[in-house]
Amino acid sequence: MKSIRFRKLKEWGIEKAILLSGIFSVVFVVLIFLFLLREGFSLFRGESIVDFIFGKSWYPISSPPRFGILPLILGSLLVTLGAAAISVPIGIAAALYISEIAPRRLKEPLKAGIELLAAIPSVVIGFIGMITLGPWIKSAFHLPTGLTALTGSVTLAFMAMPTIVSIAEDAITAVPRQYREAAIAMGATQWQTTWRIVARAARPGMVAAVMLGIGRVIGETMAVMMVTGNAAVIPRSFLQPVRTLTATIAAEMGESVQGGPHYAALFAIGIVLFIITFLINGVADLYLHRSRQ
Amino acid sequence: MVKPTAKFSIRGLSVHYGRHCVLRDLNLDIQANEIFTVIGPANSGKSTFLNCLNRLVDLVSASRCSGEIRLDGIDIRGGMEVEALRRKVGIVFALPLPLPLSIYENIVYGMRMQGIRDATLLDEAVERSLRESYLWEEVKDRLRTAAMNLSGGQQQRLCMARILAGRPDVLLFDEPTSGLDPISTAKIEETMMVLKEKYTIVLVTNNVAQAARVGDRTAFFLMGEMVELSDTSKLFTAPADSRTSDYITGKFG
Repeated sequence: MKSIRFRKLKEWGIEKAILLSGIFSVVFVVLIFLFLLREGFSLFRGESIVDFIFGKSWYPISSPPRFGILPLILGSLLVTLGAAAISVPIGIAAALYISEIAPRRLKEPLKAGIELLAAIPSVVIGFIGMITLGPWIKSAFHLPTGLTALTGSVTLAFMAMPTIVSIAEDAITAVPRQYREAAIAMGATQWQTTWRIVARAARPGMVAAVMLGIGRVIGETMAVMMVTGNAAVIPRSFLQPVRTLTATIAAEMGESVQGGPHYAALFAIGIVLFIITFLINGVADLYLHRSRQ
Repeated sequence: MVKPTAKFSIRGLSVHYGRHCVLRDLNLDIQANEIFTVIGPANSGKSTFLNCLNRLVDLVSASRCSGEIRLDGIDIRGGMEVEALRRKVGIVFALPLPLPLSIYENIVYGMRMQGIRDATLLDEAVERSLRESYLWEEVKDRLRTAAMNLSGGQQQRLCMARILAGRPDVLLFDEPTSGLDPISTAKIEETMMVLKEKYTIVLVTNNVAQAARVGDRTAFFLMGEMVELSDTSKLFTAPADSRTSDYITGKFG
């Protein structure tokens, strides 16, 4: 009798402990968001939201200060789009190669190698971008500086690639072998099978891979701060310095006065970033769910 | 009576997987418009035999084939592209395998692959092949819905329709009813009996009674060798080899 009661108690305890940890992780996210809101919203007592988001100039320490983050949003978007344009085709192609074409003994080393890329600290990637890629872009395009949006895009593409390849490869490998056999038995070539059947069946997973890769790029700070030149102006081309939302927070938080308008503005940037990544993760999640069905 | 013409003629066919011999020195002809059934216990090489006829066996790494298979007198290894062969020689697998597309797209998949875009041509092929596989009446109002929602028997007939849309010569069936209920099985068998008017059918089955019901000629395979080949009625009433009679009466296998 006693042992049964004890076991039931134990079951109950384990169940509740797991429930509690689940609740905690959600509570933390909510608390972080509330904290951001509390710190950031004081800015909007003196500033309108429209001026903040669509203002063209970011002069946080001039007087009076001007907190327009449009150049930063565009900088982030430009770098992200560039990185996506580079990493998505290469990443998807690499995933298709690894899962469909590569001989078996090449598969594991390739995948492990690409996943290792994700383990390189972003400072190191930024360092390489600054020292090797920057000067190369400078001389290739005859620019006054090599620290441009393009440099940032290429550097970040390297950081998005492991996520994209790894998740897309999982999605492609999960396509039942029988689909391939059925297509081949109907006279499809390997490429037709890969493109029309396998890639189509794995599409939700591949979209999720791309979204998570892009999410990583938008949130990346260190590498991007090192290689993009950090000029808070509205970008007109890929070959000029830009500044991203993340780099602004990282660079200026140390010199802002706690509780002051500059401090609040940086938190407000955090809110904008939070919303962007939340949307991207939401879309990725939606697709992942669809692929499981 | 018209002299039957050989659709497939197979001479000296042997298949090895690595060092393991799965088919040994096979010599036989398959006539046009017959249902040629192959029976035999597990590991007798009957599925491998089927996969040789459309070269799906090539996908098995470490497989080696020797000997010669001719389709309408043309060597299927040297004489034609493998994709063309597979369009002429369609296969229906044991488990129904609709592609993750709509019913309509499943059927026109092969045609789209060949670059056929004409909508009327595609529509015609869908209706013709669904009628030939006796599925048309059941699905004509929901051609655009997902093929995965069909029942198992319907999915299997959809797989037949998918092959028929490509106007093949030969239909290979690899235990097509092993996953189906008796009513669906009866429907598939009926369909085969009608289809042999137009196509040559090779049926591999574990179900001895099925071979007796639909086969024109039946071959008995054992351990990679063909023990006996004769008219189905003769094989089941007066088998020449004692191993054949043991198998069909259920003494082993």
